[in-house]
Amino acid sequence: MSAMRSAERVHKAVGASLFWRAMWARAYPRLIGTQREMGWLLSETILPLLGTCGFVFVYKATGAPQEFIGFAVMGGVATAFWLNILWSMASQLYWDKDGGNLELYIISPAPLMSILLGMAIGGFVMAAVRGFSILIIASLLFQVGYQVSNLPLMLLIFFFTMAGLYGLGMMMASVYLAAGREAWHLSNALQEPIYLTSGMYFPVKALGAAVATIASALPLTLGLDGIRQLIFTTQTDIGFLAPEIELLLLIGLTVIFLSAARYSLRKLEEIGRREGRLIERRK
Amino acid sequence: MALVKPLGDLPFVRANPALRAFVIGAWLGWQIESNWARPLLFAIYAVARPLASALLLVIMYSVITNGATQEPLFAFIFIGNALYIVVSSVVSGISWAVIDDREHYRVMKQLHTAPMSYYSYLIGRGVARVGIGLTSFVITMLVGVVFFQLPIALNTINWGLLILASIVGIIAMQGIGVILGAITMQLASNLWFLGEGTIAALYLFAGAIFPLDVLPEALQPFGMFYPVTYWIELSRRALLGANAPTFHAMGAIPSETLLLILTGMALFMAIASYIVYRLSLHRAKEMGRLDMETSF
Repeated sequence: MSAMRSAERVHKAVGASLFWRAMWARAYPRLIGTQREMGWLLSETILPLLGTCGFVFVYKATGAPQEFIGFAVMGGVATAFWLNILWSMASQLYWDKDGGNLELYIISPAPLMSILLGMAIGGFVMAAVRGFSILIIASLLFQVGYQVSNLPLMLLIFFFTMAGLYGLGMMMASVYLAAGREAWHLSNALQEPIYLTSGMYFPVKALGAAVATIASALPLTLGLDGIRQLIFTTQTDIGFLAPEIELLLLIGLTVIFLSAARYSLRKLEEIGRREGRLIERRK
Repeated sequence: MALVKPLGDLPFVRANPALRAFVIGAWLGWQIESNWARPLLFAIYAVARPLASALLLVIMYSVITNGATQEPLFAFIFIGNALYIVVSSVVSGISWAVIDDREHYRVMKQLHTAPMSYYSYLIGRGVARVGIGLTSFVITMLVGVVFFQLPIALNTINWGLLILASIVGIIAMQGIGVILGAITMQLASNLWFLGEGTIAALYLFAGAIFPLDVLPEALQPFGMFYPVTYWIELSRRALLGANAPTFHAMGAIPSETLLLILTGMALFMAIASYIVYRLSLHRAKEMGRLDMETSF
């Protein structure tokens, strides 16, 4: 007893401090994992890079202008982020459920939202390393030049594209909690269709105004369109909307997706508890 | 595929352990791929990816050529992409079967202690993927013919060449798939990368979505060592007949010669797959990797 009394009192994080610390604790394995498992970095950079090369060669075969090679390279960068959203954000809570971690998150005092934000921060860093590796390697391989016409606007568009995208990933993670074996197939099915509808490898304008408008619900669509307009200034007729408008829409999407993530997480946790699906493991 | 289970009850199938494992592998593979959803939902999932990848190429092509879909290059790209759906389904599918058995369902121990040949079982799992790949291929081609006026008609297809090339081509693909699956058994991390990475890398060298001439000169010969390149070229010729475009040096080689080369390669792959499988199985047992659960 006396030993217990004399032991230094442990400071218990509560409220905002608990949220902050839990968030970084969840981000930690992803940030450190990137350095410890270099094979992952290599494999997840090479796959989108090879896909990008394929699309570059299609453009070369059709005799496309050099800017379109740049479009394909930008698409390769976006692919790294989208794959990260699908496989390391949306599917993550489902995998955590399968591996037995989800029940530990739930019985700990940390808010689940902090876990999701931690996943997003760690995931963003992982994807950014891969994305920028693809950008550098592919740009050097295919001699793509960039001319930024408005750097602050481009950085703002990039920031809100990522914020909106990871907000969407957090929302999808909650929705996937309700999914059983479908989660895997859902992620698989959301790869190429999103490459198509978000205009990853071509200007989204080519899909027509109606489809492009619907596709704008995805932050990647607006982000890619805006950034392409700002760095490929010689192609004047590629934009769907003005970059300034796209930035405003991206801010709106970020707010919507983060709020929806919070709501859906609460709702699905409640349903999951009631139906006993939070700890079930269906193969 | 519903016919596969009764097939397993046939006396000559029951009497042959390798054949039995093959049939059961095919039946199980189909169940795993399809029984997680209602048939309609499964069909939507099965065609969503290939159709989207085909439309992606159509739009990329159309943006540059102002929609000149009557050009031979369009048919070349569209058909090549559709055929590669089968390739990726079979080749990466077998290594995924190994990952599923080991990491997801955790049944490697049971599969290897049961009185069956895991090699034949893996080929069976590959056959299930052939079914899915061919379904996606047919739907993608229908879209191409109906919406983009691909110059293909049932009476102009060289069915003999198509069927013969496809049987030989699928044997070669199964061989590659089993080799990748066997090597996957030895790995401790990044298991998924071998199959997916190979498929992505070979996409560049198979002459599927662009003629091999577009590749840097030093890389062009790689395509000639890959059986899938020959299968895609032969199938494209069989489907398009006189409309088949000729781009690469391969275009000058007669179909009979291409088929002969493909047959030789398929034979080589079939033998190599068995040898690699035996060696990999031994090595995986030695390293304790056969039933290792890595959560990767």
